[in-house]
Amino acid sequence: MIKLKVNGRERSFDGDPDMPLLWYLRDELSLTGTKFGCGVGQCGACTVHRNGEAIRSCSTAMKDVAGKTVVTIEGLSAKGDHPLQKAWEQGNVPQCGYCQTGQIMQAAVLLKKIKHPSDKEIEDGMQGNICRCGTYQRIRAAIKTAAKEMA
Amino acid sequence: MSIQNIDNVTRRNFIGGVFSASAFVLAADLLPEIAWGDTSENHGKAAAAALKPSLYLGLEPDGTVYIVTHRSEMGTGIRTTLPMVAADEMEADWSKVKIEQAIGDERYGDQNTDGSKSIRGFFVPFRETGAAARLMLTRAAAAQWKVPESECSAVNHVVTHTPSGKKLGYGELAAAAGKLPVPKSSELKLKQRSEWRYIGHNAKDAKAIADLKDITSGKAVFGMDAKVDGMVYASIERPPVVGGKVQTVDAAEALKVKGVTQTVSLPAFTPPYTFQPLGGVAVVANSTWAAFQGRKKLKVEWNHGENATHDSERYKAELLETAKKPGKVVRNLGDVDAAFAKGKIVEASYYTPLLAHATMEPPVAIASFKDGKVECWVPTQNPQAVQDTVAKALGIKVPDVTCHVTLLGGGFGRKSKPDYVAEAAMISKQVGKPVKVVWTREDDIRFDYYHAVAGMYHKASLDEKGKVTGWLHRSVFPSISSMNDEKSLYGFNVEYGMGLNDMPFDIPNLRAENGPAKAHVRIGWLRSVANIYHVFSGLSFADELAHAAGRDSLEYQLELLGAGKVLNLNAQGVGEYWNYGESQDRYPFDTRRLRKVLEIAGEKSGWGKKKSGNGWGLGVAVSRSFASYVATVVEVEVDKAGKIRIPKTYMVVDAGTIVNPERAVSQFEGAAVMGAGIALTGEISLADGRVQQGNFHNYQVPKMHQAPIQTDVHLVENNELPGGVGEPGVPPFVPAFANAVFAATGKRVRDLPFSKAKLV
Repeated sequence: MIKLKVNGRERSFDGDPDMPLLWYLRDELSLTGTKFGCGVGQCGACTVHRNGEAIRSCSTAMKDVAGKTVVTIEGLSAKGDHPLQKAWEQGNVPQCGYCQTGQIMQAAVLLKKIKHPSDKEIEDGMQGNICRCGTYQRIRAAIKTAAKEMA
Repeated sequence: MSIQNIDNVTRRNFIGGVFSASAFVLAADLLPEIAWGDTSENHGKAAAAALKPSLYLGLEPDGTVYIVTHRSEMGTGIRTTLPMVAADEMEADWSKVKIEQAIGDERYGDQNTDGSKSIRGFFVPFRETGAAARLMLTRAAAAQWKVPESECSAVNHVVTHTPSGKKLGYGELAAAAGKLPVPKSSELKLKQRSEWRYIGHNAKDAKAIADLKDITSGKAVFGMDAKVDGMVYASIERPPVVGGKVQTVDAAEALKVKGVTQTVSLPAFTPPYTFQPLGGVAVVANSTWAAFQGRKKLKVEWNHGENATHDSERYKAELLETAKKPGKVVRNLGDVDAAFAKGKIVEASYYTPLLAHATMEPPVAIASFKDGKVECWVPTQNPQAVQDTVAKALGIKVPDVTCHVTLLGGGFGRKSKPDYVAEAAMISKQVGKPVKVVWTREDDIRFDYYHAVAGMYHKASLDEKGKVTGWLHRSVFPSISSMNDEKSLYGFNVEYGMGLNDMPFDIPNLRAENGPAKAHVRIGWLRSVANIYHVFSGLSFADELAHAAGRDSLEYQLELLGAGKVLNLNAQGVGEYWNYGESQDRYPFDTRRLRKVLEIAGEKSGWGKKKSGNGWGLGVAVSRSFASYVATVVEVEVDKAGKIRIPKTYMVVDAGTIVNPERAVSQFEGAAVMGAGIALTGEISLADGRVQQGNFHNYQVPKMHQAPIQTDVHLVENNELPGGVGEPGVPPFVPAFANAVFAATGKRVRDLPFSKAKLV
């Protein structure tokens, strides 16, 4: 039995310990804001927080979240009003929107570590998150907007 | 177009009882105006249907306005943009508008969200529907007050009797308005442009993206997120070579995986491939993960079929060789051979590989077969094609397939082809439960309908002043028509009309030819389609000619365009010019508009102010596609290691009347990124008939630092009819980028992608 905390709630899991966290979140908890994009940690659409660090849930096994705290997009803020979510809305960032929850989760950790990231630091921090619609310049701008608000 | 007020019973069939009994509901007959990438039989059927309530605009007594969008949302904003049009003409308060997504039904008219044609095709019908509602509400108020209709005006959800100042809200008028006869089109008074409150405005009160909050909070439901009670999951092992068949299957180990319940064999397609599934073996399980795991344990022997020797390297050589030989003439003006007898000759061959769509959301579909009928939930660009394809696959009637359309995690043309939905329906029929088929990224990359590979040859003659006297463009590519005819060797007017037979330059002697090529993979269409290879080669070659003539490229492109005029391509040996499905009367090909965007691009980018070279350069290209005119300037930096950075891109766009400028701009920003990916790393290749790429590590798409850092989009304002915005940004980007790399390094990249070229 694997015990973990997801978005503040205690959970226990007794299935395949090698199953990626992504499928536990999506298929079992119906937390579908975390997306399946590549399955191998190449696109970042599945990004969640494990003990405050950004991880790719598609390639993180359940056994590796035992006893850990996991936060998904659904738990990032109470009303979808994290400064990053607000900045994303203000800048009309999304196109199709599929990758954006992963982008926001990645950016949230970036801003926790670096209060005012430079362009280079944003590029480095976000290099694992692909957006096929090509919203990068708005993502960059929204991160800067959120950084200002959070300061 | 005719608009009608419809009864309770019929409307419920369409959108599942959104409206209350006392709502006022309008339906409009939206005859499909243009056909593209779809069978013509759909249109015939739509026209023949007795009742054609294709668009619903409904008003509840509480003032809520429902507007049905029948087009799919894949990131262009169309789900918001079309309702903005109707809401504007209705004078509706946007905060009271709710958007409903239509299911697939031929009575909506064309639903294939493809070809950058949603606004082109439906701007007028949505305006007229809104205007009809406004007029009926005004008449209802006038009748209640017993005053002349002309003394009343409808503004922002309220009808006012101007002389007395009396007011009635739209909700209060709903019941009475619903009882009035629907006005004829001739009675409608559309708003003046100056009166538009949403159309053409960077929405302040009207949000640019209706689903924005749901997207940022993770609540938005994409196809991947849909769930149905009792649903099981399936993952499919497909033939590694197109046209291959299962020889033997050993599923024993797969069935031992916990959660796996059964396997289902899917038949190979009957040529031509159309939208049929590829066939293979499906593993069915109680979770996505179990289905994936079980599939890995399958032991399948394949009969690979005739494509098993297909090899991209060899095919490339064949295409380029074919392009050296005379082909089928698809445009012939003057006499290029006579022109080539004199002056300086310049010639060059270009190559662009196959491309995969790689939407962030891989193909996925839920289908539930019950009592001879199928209900499905799908991220699809074309719900009517879903109905047709599923019906055909299961031998049931089209109306017995209900297709609910979710949000799409990207489309780019991939999700117009519903092979993945037919898979789900076929498996559901076998297992007797709703089935969700989930494609892995590897499935997506390896089993796509690929954007065509192309080999091209250009030859031109220059006089002593460097002016082009003759230009020959040959293009060889496996055609999209192979989808419906496996013997197809040549393209068709859609592919020719994308940069091959509509090359805009004013040259006295022009010939365009298409050489034969057989398809060995499934060929489909990808954002901007044949423009990708035609415009890349054509505008790269224009830059080469400028260089050969010792001229500035932007000035030279202007000179090639000449003074500017309406092109009469039919008179230039084109035969039937496609014109993106539009009549040339409504949408003439006007090279003056190309000149204008090019001139503005020069000004905005500071063209000519700084000398290119030493690893820095600007490149430019111009093109008309999807009835829009775009000039692009790309700035590049190439470091000593050959690494490319794109600090800035300028896109100048004349897409006529723009409904949702904010979303239009975003489409061109995105097109620059997609163009950068096509140029930098985009390549699908095959060896032994098998696709060599499988995920984002070897089919790379741009990351933030590889994409243009900043794209400035300038929309040219005018009153022309709306053009497309989803696709036209892609074509000029790629050659502008290649031309910039040449300006920076002196290296001419004629074979895409750049990643294969040595730049230093």
